[in-house]
Amino acid sequence: MAEPKNKYDRQLRIWGEQGQAALEKASICLLNCGPTGSDTLKNLVLGGIGSITVVDGSKVEESDLGNNFMVDVKSVGQSKAKCVCSFLQELNDAVKAKFVEEFPEDLIDRNPSFFKQFTLVIATQLQEKSMLKLDKICRDANTMLVIARSYGLTGFVRISLKEHDVIESKPDHFLDVLRLNNPWPELKQFSETIDLNVTDPVVHKHTPYVVILVKMAEEWAKTHSGCLPSTREEKKEFKDLLKAKMLASDEDNYKEAIEASFKVSTPRGISSNLRQIISDSLVEVDSTSPDFWILVAALKEFIENEGDGEPPLEGSIPDMTSLTEYYISLQKIYQAKAEADFLAIEQRVRSILKRIGRDPSSISKTTIKNFCRNARKLTVCRYRLIEDEFNSPNLSEFQKYFTDEDYSTAVGFYILLRAVDRFATVYNRFPGMFDGSWSYREMDEDISRLKTIGVGLLSDLGCNGSYLSEDLINEMCRYGGAELHTVAAFIGGIAAQEVIKLITKQFVPMCGTFIFNGIDQKSQLLTL
Amino acid sequence: MATTIRGHMMSFIDKNKKIIHTLLTSVRLKPTQRKEEEEEEEDDDDPSSSSSSSSSANHKDDDKQQNQDRNQSQENKGSAAMASPTEQQGSRWRDLDKLLARPGNLVGSNFEPSPQLKQDLQEYAKVLVVGAGGLGCELLKDLALMGFRQIEVIDMDTIEVSNLNRQFLFRLQDVGKPKAEVAAMRVMERVSGVNIVPHFCRIEDKDLDFYSQFNIIALGLDSIEARSYINGVVCSFLEYDADDNALEASIKPMVDGGTEGFKGHARVILPGLTPCFECTIWLFPPQVKYPLCTLAETPRTAAHCIEYAHLIKWGEVHSGKPFDPDDPEHMQWVYAEAVKRAELFGITGVTYSLTQGVVKNIIPAIASTNAIVSAACALEALKIATACSQTMSNYLTYNGQEGLHTKVTEFVKDNDCLVCGPGVLIELDSSVTLQEFIELIGEHPKLLLSKPSVTYRGENLYMQAPPVLEEMTRSNLQKPLYDLMHKLSYGIIHANGMTRANEITTSCLKKIRISFKVIADGVTDMDTAGGA
Ligand SMILES: [Zn+2]
Repeated sequence: MAEPKNKYDRQLRIWGEQGQAALEKASICLLNCGPTGSDTLKNLVLGGIGSITVVDGSKVEESDLGNNFMVDVKSVGQSKAKCVCSFLQELNDAVKAKFVEEFPEDLIDRNPSFFKQFTLVIATQLQEKSMLKLDKICRDANTMLVIARSYGLTGFVRISLKEHDVIESKPDHFLDVLRLNNPWPELKQFSETIDLNVTDPVVHKHTPYVVILVKMAEEWAKTHSGCLPSTREEKKEFKDLLKAKMLASDEDNYKEAIEASFKVSTPRGISSNLRQIISDSLVEVDSTSPDFWILVAALKEFIENEGDGEPPLEGSIPDMTSLTEYYISLQKIYQAKAEADFLAIEQRVRSILKRIGRDPSSISKTTIKNFCRNARKLTVCRYRLIEDEFNSPNLSEFQKYFTDEDYSTAVGFYILLRAVDRFATVYNRFPGMFDGSWSYREMDEDISRLKTIGVGLLSDLGCNGSYLSEDLINEMCRYGGAELHTVAAFIGGIAAQEVIKLITKQFVPMCGTFIFNGIDQKSQLLTL
Repeated sequence: MATTIRGHMMSFIDKNKKIIHTLLTSVRLKPTQRKEEEEEEEDDDDPSSSSSSSSSANHKDDDKQQNQDRNQSQENKGSAAMASPTEQQGSRWRDLDKLLARPGNLVGSNFEPSPQLKQDLQEYAKVLVVGAGGLGCELLKDLALMGFRQIEVIDMDTIEVSNLNRQFLFRLQDVGKPKAEVAAMRVMERVSGVNIVPHFCRIEDKDLDFYSQFNIIALGLDSIEARSYINGVVCSFLEYDADDNALEASIKPMVDGGTEGFKGHARVILPGLTPCFECTIWLFPPQVKYPLCTLAETPRTAAHCIEYAHLIKWGEVHSGKPFDPDDPEHMQWVYAEAVKRAELFGITGVTYSLTQGVVKNIIPAIASTNAIVSAACALEALKIATACSQTMSNYLTYNGQEGLHTKVTEFVKDNDCLVCGPGVLIELDSSVTLQEFIELIGEHPKLLLSKPSVTYRGENLYMQAPPVLEEMTRSNLQKPLYDLMHKLSYGIIHANGMTRANEITTSCLKKIRISFKVIADGVTDMDTAGGA
C-alpha cells in the first residue's frame, strides 16, 4: 500500500504525518454547495479530509452550470447537494462523502444540535441572520466555524471559534536561538578547546562561527567590564575585530560570523508575545484545563526557575561552514542542553498534573518534547463572536481603515457586504438582482436604497463621519448578488487553507476578516 | 498569416499612464464574417440541447454553437441599443452576464458593457494555457467557467500518483497518460461548449506561429527556464514605433502564476508596457547549491550526504550511466549510499523521502494555494479580454503560512531589458556582411561594442571564443547578414562584447533590432512571406 502515502507526498512535506492524520480524522460540514462551497471542499477532499457532509436544499439550475464545476448538464433539476457530493467523491475515494438535502437556514432554525457532530463547519453564502445564529450554535457546541462568502468581485472569509492554540506555528522566518548572548558552561568549555589562531588554514576556515563568536564575545567582555557590544560603535568595532581574524578573504566561516555578530548583542529573555501567553489568566490551571495551558503553566515555571529567564532551547542548529567533527560536536552540545531543558519541563508538567488531580502521565513525552521545541513560537488565536463584532466593532480601527488609502476599499466592501444582506431582508432580493430585463431607473433606485442602508449601518456603528464610496455602492449593485467562479475559487482556496491550518493545528490561521478585492487584487485583513 | 491575426487582436490605451486593455472592443469592430450563416437553432444555454449534442464538445459541435452565439449576438445587439438592456436571466451565464453587460465606474476605460461582450469573448478570445499541472488544471477550469471557449493547453508531462493531491482533473487510473489530453477532456466533459485543444509536447516543439495565434497566454509553470522561454517567444512578437515604444498591436498579454506550499504569486505581464519575466528575474531566489568541497570533505547535514551520493558517488560507480531520478532503483541506490555516508560521519536525518526531495528538488504543493493563485490569474485574463474591471498592477504575492498576507506591487519595466526592451534599431542594406556589421556596432554611438560575439534566435553567427567555435563560425563573416537571418526583413540580434566607459572595460550583452532596406527587386518580399 505505497499508493496513499505517495499520493499525499507533496503535502506531507508541509504538514507531515501528524497533520495528515488530523485531517483524516476530521469531519466537515459544508453549508450551501454553490461554487464557493464546492471549491472549498474540492481542495479538502483532494488533501484527504476524513468526511464531508454537504448541506443544500436547492436543485441544480442552468445558472449553476455557468459557475460551478461540481455540476454538469445532467445534474439540472436534481438535488445540488447530491450532485456536488458525487462529483467530489470522484476526486478521492478515501473520503466519506454524505449529503443532506435541506436548506441550511432551516437546519439552523430547526435543528441546532445537528452541528455538534462535526469537527468544523464551513458556511458559505449565508445571509447575516442565519450566520449570526449559526455562530452562536457552533460556539456553544465547541465546533469550529469558517464562514466564506463570494459576492461579485468581492467576498470575505472569517474564522469563528473561542480559542485556537498553536504549538507548531512554523513561521516563515524565525531567528534561530544559539544563545550566543548567553552561552552555557558546556558550550563555553567546547569553545575553549578550539584555538582561533590555529595555523592549519583548512581548520582555520572551517572553525564554526558559533565557536568564533562565543570566544570573541568572551574576549570582548574581559576588556569591557563584563559587557557585550551594545552601542552601534561597539558593534562595528566587534565586527572589525572579527574581520581582522581572517587569514584570507574566502573564509566563509568568518563571513558568517560577521553576519551573525548581532546575535551576541541581542537582549536575553522572552519575546513580548510569549510573555503575554505566560501571563494569561488560563495558566492558573485546574482539572478542566486543556493540555496546552498545562504545558504553558509548566513553561512559565521553567522560565522563572531553572530557565533563568529563557525558554527551553530548541536544540537544532543551522548549517554552517565547519569541519564535520566540529559541527557534530556542536550539534550534540545543543541537543544535550535541549534534552536537559525538556526533562526539567517534563518534571514540572508531571507535578502540575498531579497537583490538579490528573494522571501525571496523561500528557505524552512526544507532546512535551514537541512543545519544548516550539516554545518560543507558541500562538494563541481568539475570535470574537461575529455578533459582538457587528454590535461593537473596534471603532478606532474602523476610523483608521476608512482614512487609510490601502484599506478604504476593503472596509467599504466590509460595510456593503453587510448592507446587501439588510437590503435583502427588506426587498427580498439583493440590490441589482432583477427578474429578466432591467432599466437604468431601477438600477439607480437600488443604488440609492443601498446607499441609505449603508449610511444607516455606519451610523449604527457609530462611524457617522465616514465616507462610503459611491463607486463601490455602484459596483455592489452591478454585481446583483452574482457568484463568479474565479472569485469563488479564490475565496474557496482561502477557506480551505484556513480549515487545514485549524485542523492540523499547524501554522497560524488568520485573525480578522479577510476582504477580497477583485478589482485591483488589493485584498486586506481587517481586525475589528 | 500570423501578422494579420495579431494586427486586429487588441488595443491598449495608455491614459494617465494607466494601462487599460480591451481585447474585444477592437476585435468586434473588425471582422465582417459574422453576418454569414444565420440559421435557427436552439439556445445553447438550454441544458437539454447541450446534453443531446453530447457533453464532450468536438470541433463540429463547437462550430454549431458558435453559430448559435452569433445569432444571439445579433438579437442582443438590437436590445442593447434600447434603454433597458436584456440579460439572460435564469440562463447559464446569468452571473457572468452581470459583470459583462452592466456599466460600472471601476472598470477599464474601454469597457463597452453589453450582452454581446460575452459572445465576443466566447467567439474571439483565444487563450493558451502553458502547463497542465497544479496551476494548469485550475486555470483550465477557471477560464472555462469565466466564459472563455477557445482554449489550448500544452504540457509534455504524464500523470503521476503524487499529482493527485491537487491536480483535480486526474484520477488514479489516469496515471501514465498525458496531462494535457486528460485535463482537456475532463473540462470539456464538465463544461459544455468549451473547446480545449491539448498539445502533448515540449513548449520548444511549437513554432512562433503557434504562439502568435493566441490573444492571451496563461502560464502555470514550475520552472524558471520554461517561463523564460515563453517570455522570450512572446517578447519576440514586439514591434516598436519611431520613439521605441512598443506597438499596441504587437503586445501579447500573459498572466503567470507560481506556488510553493502556502505561498504563491500571480502577475500580469504586458510585454513592452509592464515588466516582462526577465526584467524582474531577481524575484526568483537562486537555487540552493552546495559547494562540491563541502559534499566531498566536510559534510554536515543529511542533504550533504544525499547530494554526495547523487552528484559524486553515482558517477564514480556507474561510469557513464546517467542517473535517472524517476527510476526507483536509482533513487534507492542513492538513498542507501547517503545512509552509509551519514553513518560514517555521525550525521542523522537521511530518509528516503528527503532523498527524493533533495535529488528531484521537490517543491511542496497543495490544492488550496494553486486554487488561489490560478483564480487570480484567470480573473485578470477576463479583465484583459473584456475590460470589465480595473486590473491588478502588476504583481500579487500571497502568503498564507502565518496568518494571511497579500500584497500587490507595481514593478517597473527595465527599459534596457534584453528581452522586452526596444534595444538599438539599426537599418542595414541587405548586402552588408557580418564582418561589416561587427565593425559597425563597434562604432555605433549607442553600442560601441568591441570584439562582439553575435547570435540570432539562439544560433551562433560568430563567436569570439572558444577557438573551436570561432573557427566554426569564421566563415560566416563574409556572408551577408541578411542571408544569415534567413532573408527576413526584420529580426533581432544579440551581441555580446566589450564596452569601455570611464576607463573601465566591461563585457555586456546588447539587443539590436535589424531592419533591412530591401533592394527593390520584388524577390525579397516574397521570401519574407515564405520564411515566416
Ligand atoms: Zn523585460
